[in-house]
Amino acid sequence: MSGQSTYNPKPGFETWLDQRLPLPRLMHDTMQTFPTPRNLNIWYTFGGILTFCLGVQILTGIVLAMHYVANAGLAFDSVERIMRDVNYGWLMRYVHSNGASMFFLAVYIHIFRGLYYGSYKAPRELIWILGVLIYLLMMATAFFGYVLPWGQMSFWGATVITNLFSAIPGIGQHIATWLWGDFAVGDATLNRFFSLHYLLPFIIAAVVGLHIWALHVPGNNNPLGIDVKSPQDTVPFHPYYTVKDGFYLCLFVIVFAGFVFFAPNFFGNPDNYQPANPLVTPPDIVPEWYLLPFYAMLRSIPNKLFGVIVMAGALVTLVFVPWLDTQRAVRSNRFRPLMKQFYYVFIAACLLLMYCGAQSVDAVRFGVPLVWAARLGTIYYYLYFWVLMPIIGLIETPKKLPASIAQSVLGDTAAAPAE
Amino acid sequence: MTATTSDTATRRDFIYVATGGMAAVGAAAAVWPFIDQMNPTAAVLALSSVEVPLAAIQPGQNVVVKWRGHPLFVRRRTPKEIAEAKAVDVSTLPDPLANNDGLPDNAPATDANRATKPEWLVLIGVCTHLGCTPTAFEGDYGGWLCHCHGSMYDTAGRIRKGPAPRNLEVPIYTFLSDTRIKVG
Repeated sequence: MSGQSTYNPKPGFETWLDQRLPLPRLMHDTMQTFPTPRNLNIWYTFGGILTFCLGVQILTGIVLAMHYVANAGLAFDSVERIMRDVNYGWLMRYVHSNGASMFFLAVYIHIFRGLYYGSYKAPRELIWILGVLIYLLMMATAFFGYVLPWGQMSFWGATVITNLFSAIPGIGQHIATWLWGDFAVGDATLNRFFSLHYLLPFIIAAVVGLHIWALHVPGNNNPLGIDVKSPQDTVPFHPYYTVKDGFYLCLFVIVFAGFVFFAPNFFGNPDNYQPANPLVTPPDIVPEWYLLPFYAMLRSIPNKLFGVIVMAGALVTLVFVPWLDTQRAVRSNRFRPLMKQFYYVFIAACLLLMYCGAQSVDAVRFGVPLVWAARLGTIYYYLYFWVLMPIIGLIETPKKLPASIAQSVLGDTAAAPAE
Repeated sequence: MTATTSDTATRRDFIYVATGGMAAVGAAAAVWPFIDQMNPTAAVLALSSVEVPLAAIQPGQNVVVKWRGHPLFVRRRTPKEIAEAKAVDVSTLPDPLANNDGLPDNAPATDANRATKPEWLVLIGVCTHLGCTPTAFEGDYGGWLCHCHGSMYDTAGRIRKGPAPRNLEVPIYTFLSDTRIKVG
């Protein structure tokens, strides 16, 4: 999309089509000749993997919707019917439910890769913000989807999450009632969640289109975080990265298939195989693993409104990252020895929060109440973005950047323009 | 817009503004039905009430009944539980208001304002934090413990510890006889 198109249609149909709907030209320029930095590593293959995940979820989801019944009295049984009676229904459902976890696994790697290599920095701020939007849409979609089997965790998860809105002063309870279509989570809620669960993936697909469009204006960032300076720094997307992405996609699918066929309920909660009961809350409400860090933040704060604000704020914070990082000249943490240390602590804090979120609220480990560990993790999360990022960017002396991608990859001799 | 410039409004300006205004009002009017359709339907709004027979409930027992989609607690308190609830100084409570639908909004959270007849405590069993159903006879205060996020309620259903902001809500209810109440 940026730069000149190198597409040369053959005479006849290709030229005829190119003058009317230049779709082959678009595909050629974005997926074939697109100049891509030659030093992209394994962490850059997750964009393609994520596109694959979205496709899998949409495909299996459309199939499941053919057999699922969005009715509070029938939903649970219809899911069991898919598992037992529908031809390959068990496969469709297990691919779909594990696919959600795989999708989030890939998106977290993708996000942390962007954080490490400074992929959010100018001129890629909008790519990052569109990515945050996709992440939020993914969480909403996953939440709606988790409600549909209408088990105990579905019901009570829906109750807790929708009640977050009741923390809004004044109109909160009205918003909750509006979301439910009732005075509690019920049949009306299930129906609208099904409708939205079917809609949102297509919205995600549209935003992914914008995300990729915005990516193709400046082109990929890379592990060095330096700009592409000459054609020597790049290779065509095809075959170099179609093959590389394809290879790692195969490895990813092996892991994916491992869960689907050998541990299909690894990420699930056994309580969700009990039909929803509005009168009995399960002893421990635990959300899906990919929401645990935010759940731990919510639980660590003994005040309803403040807890909701801290949890929502953690997500909103991500939008401001391109401007919170004051190190504008050097993108990659490879050349930021100090920031790199805090980055690894940040990963540890997120994992700590994830661990705390999975334990019961009054759990104690090694004499430490986990609620305090969660508070520590929450504080570090905010500290990292709002204090460390701006300050370290100002005081840190980065290491010397290589002259070019080609020089870094090929050595000084090859950096001469006579390749 | 046109080659001629004029300080006075033209017919074209009028049509332009009128069309824009009409479209804006029309769009706003069209949005509301799409928002309001999400609210509870007439069938849901047709309030139901439930009658609960009390004779079979023993002292120290908490019965859970479904009412308007929510659990309803009907608890026959023991003299010890009543004494504990009455002994609390209202000014020390996190939520000093009764939260009793049958009383004015500013009624204090005394035990008498929570339970019309001291022996019978009638509550909506929805934790005021995030809507879970608390478990009876657990927590530091012997009333209820919400396992979701650790809110603890005392033997009058008042919040004592944890993230919940308000006391458990007391619905409107009347004693039809000594052994029967009507809720709603």
